[in-house]
Amino acid sequence: MAACASITMMFGAFTSAFLVRQAAGNWLEFALPGIFTLSTVLIVASSITLHGAFIAFKKGAAPLYKGLLIATFALGLAFVVVQYEGWQAMKDLLGLPLGTNPSSDFVYLISMIHAAHVIGGVAALLVALIHAFTLTSGPTPTRKLRLELTLIYWHFVDILWVYLFVFMTLQS
Amino acid sequence: MANVTTQQVQTEEDRLIQEQGFDDHFHEHHHGDKYQSNFITTYIFSQDHKIIARQFLITGMFWAFIGGLMSLIFRLQLGFPDESLAWLRPLLGKWITVNDAGLGTLAPEFYYALVTMHGTILVFFVLTAGLSGTFSNLLIPLQVGARDMASPFLNMLSYWFFFFAGVVMFFSLFLSTGPFSGGWTAYPPLSALPQASSGSGAGMTLWIVSLVLFVVSVLLGGINYITTILNLRTKGMSLWRMPLTIWAFLITAVIGLLSFPVLASGFFLIMFDRSLGTSFYLSEIFIGGQALDHVGGSPILYQHLFWFLGHPEVYIIILPAMGLVSEVLSVHSRKPIFGYKAMVFSMLAIGFLSFIVWAHHMFMSGVNPFISNFFVIFTLIIAVPSAVKVFNWIATLYGGNVRFTSANLFAIGFVSMFISGGLTGIFLGNSAIDIQLHDTYFVVAHFHIVMGVAAFFGMFAGVYHWFPKMFGRFMNETMGKIHFWLTMIGAYAIFWPMHYLGMAGVPRRYYRFDVFETFRHFTEINKFITIAAMVVFAAQLLLLINFFYSIWKGKKVTTKNPWGASTLEWTTPIHAGHGNWPGKIPAVQRWPYDYGKDGKEFTPQIEPLKEGEHDGGH
Ligand code: HEM
Ligand SMILES: [Cu+2]
Repeated sequence: MAACASITMMFGAFTSAFLVRQAAGNWLEFALPGIFTLSTVLIVASSITLHGAFIAFKKGAAPLYKGLLIATFALGLAFVVVQYEGWQAMKDLLGLPLGTNPSSDFVYLISMIHAAHVIGGVAALLVALIHAFTLTSGPTPTRKLRLELTLIYWHFVDILWVYLFVFMTLQS
Repeated sequence: MANVTTQQVQTEEDRLIQEQGFDDHFHEHHHGDKYQSNFITTYIFSQDHKIIARQFLITGMFWAFIGGLMSLIFRLQLGFPDESLAWLRPLLGKWITVNDAGLGTLAPEFYYALVTMHGTILVFFVLTAGLSGTFSNLLIPLQVGARDMASPFLNMLSYWFFFFAGVVMFFSLFLSTGPFSGGWTAYPPLSALPQASSGSGAGMTLWIVSLVLFVVSVLLGGINYITTILNLRTKGMSLWRMPLTIWAFLITAVIGLLSFPVLASGFFLIMFDRSLGTSFYLSEIFIGGQALDHVGGSPILYQHLFWFLGHPEVYIIILPAMGLVSEVLSVHSRKPIFGYKAMVFSMLAIGFLSFIVWAHHMFMSGVNPFISNFFVIFTLIIAVPSAVKVFNWIATLYGGNVRFTSANLFAIGFVSMFISGGLTGIFLGNSAIDIQLHDTYFVVAHFHIVMGVAAFFGMFAGVYHWFPKMFGRFMNETMGKIHFWLTMIGAYAIFWPMHYLGMAGVPRRYYRFDVFETFRHFTEINKFITIAAMVVFAAQLLLLINFFYSIWKGKKVTTKNPWGASTLEWTTPIHAGHGNWPGKIPAVQRWPYDYGKDGKEFTPQIEPLKEGEHDGGH
């Protein structure tokens, strides 16, 4: 929880810096590439599948739990890939490589640092996957807690992205 | 006879822990063996909070020595600009240039590098990690009644991130272009343009890497401190029964968790500007007649992000010191702390207000004067909870049966320093007066007294007081008292005159003043300050000697509770092993400040309330 508060402060800082800088002028207006909508859908979906996995895990429905965990992991990876495509689209389609204007640079900065947090989450999912296929013990309290922490973190980076996406769409 | 009574007290305590305590079956699991099976797991990659505390302390002392030495070198330059520094060549190498006449001069770039490193090291490595890291680690589990931190592993990582942050910074001292030299606040463009100055290239890269590692260390530590305090308190340890040290560490950790990430954001923008060609902070700039292709950035943006951390950071430094001082003053005055709840609420108020005053560092950076008014008001409001605390400390001392131990002397010295430095803060907090005082030696005097010296005094009070708990021996009191008086008088001798320099407009961060007609008459004062600085530095060597001598040769502690304090750490064995208590965890029955109650000198927290007795904290 405390970690979430910290990360929130960090992105709060980014978005307020964005607003302050925008108010200062010399700000290029542009529309976010549509591909970021796709990544938004992907990450929301991954949150839903992970939640399902957690419920299945608590009920002891092992095959469903494993399936949903794999789906989440795949969706998480796909999110990162699509973000990368988004940066390519900004560069090639919009002609806004890094260093053009603070408005697009902020989008790069925010989405890149966010992606770094998602990659951390993907690593946690990987650990969860390895546990799912190697540990034989059922839903012990420790395992439940571990999965729950992963779940909270994942929901958190998901909601964070939705916030950032809405913020950046409204501002450009 | 004395021996017999202590023996009885001990058995009485053991009986209380045995009867009332809480059995967590700790010793049936043999954690101790897992954690401390050999030298490496016991002393190096230790997960025991008491060892980690010592690691933080000794690393902090190392850095204090380095940072202090740097200040001596640049003080020599300021006090004696015409003397030859050729004798420093063996240490500083090419940073001393020797002319044909054999006169050695300190390179101006290196002067700036020294000032920058001095600030960075003292603020972050010594007064944040060395102070908060040491005492949060040592005291949180011991005083709340826990076996260890919530996550001993993350706790260990926290230390090692700090250690590697230090390694990177240390390495940057040996770069051929020198370490970063743009000031501890690292304002752009000096920090954002690698070509801006000699330290802005590799030096700045290492500076920022080091500080990012440091932020990680603070966050890992902070998460642990908060979780431990909230979740691992022993039976009966309600929030209002926590010692003020613990309150201070809790609030400090929360502030750190909310402000350091913002600093990290600021750093990420710098990294982008440095290596990815963005212009967040960089506007149109010419270097050597050459226009750079950066346009439209704003260096003020960095100042906002930096001071949003920077101001809370000064409270991250001072709050733990306040906690330590409150505890030491109460124990050594043999009186309950005056206004316990007021102390907690004023710390909470300070913590909250510290987030909405940051722009008082930017009155002269061109922020809107109407916005300045807002920051002036909140800045001046901080003086209120600060004054409450000062009043309570004095009231605690007043009429007490005061023992002038080294620990208590430093605690009293803290109060003196905090008053002197707080008063000058009120001058600076008025944006109109700040027009004259900003970036002068007045500011240097203000923050060294209120933060630098005061926080050091809090730390010294803590070291002298808890040394017996850390090492099972006492420090030498005579040396401690000489250390105190030299430091107390010496520190005022250094920083008091700086106020006059500042009022006369002498700017900070200048390499020499004798070349300015207006400042030439301060030459003698500058000499005086430098000599005082040398005396104070020498006095700290006394502490170093005392510290290391006492670890091995100090007078042995023979009773568990040598100061007669009521808090839980003094119910552990003299040399507490892993898990802190050999049997059950003691249960807490009352608040921590029952001194001189009902004719008893002190009543430990584990002693049950008598029929109809009122519990102090409530
Ligand atoms: C009554 C309370 C205080 C007030 C009103 C106050 C006000 C100020 C102001 C207005 C400045 C900016 C001066 C300038 O740059 O022109 C300043 C600088 C500073 N203050 Fe305070 N202060 C207070 C207490 C403290 C405390 C308790 C600490 C630390 C524990 C502290 C640490 C600092 C530091 C480190 C700086 C200078 C940073 C730099 O420029 O390098 N102050 N203070
Ligand atoms: Cu401030």
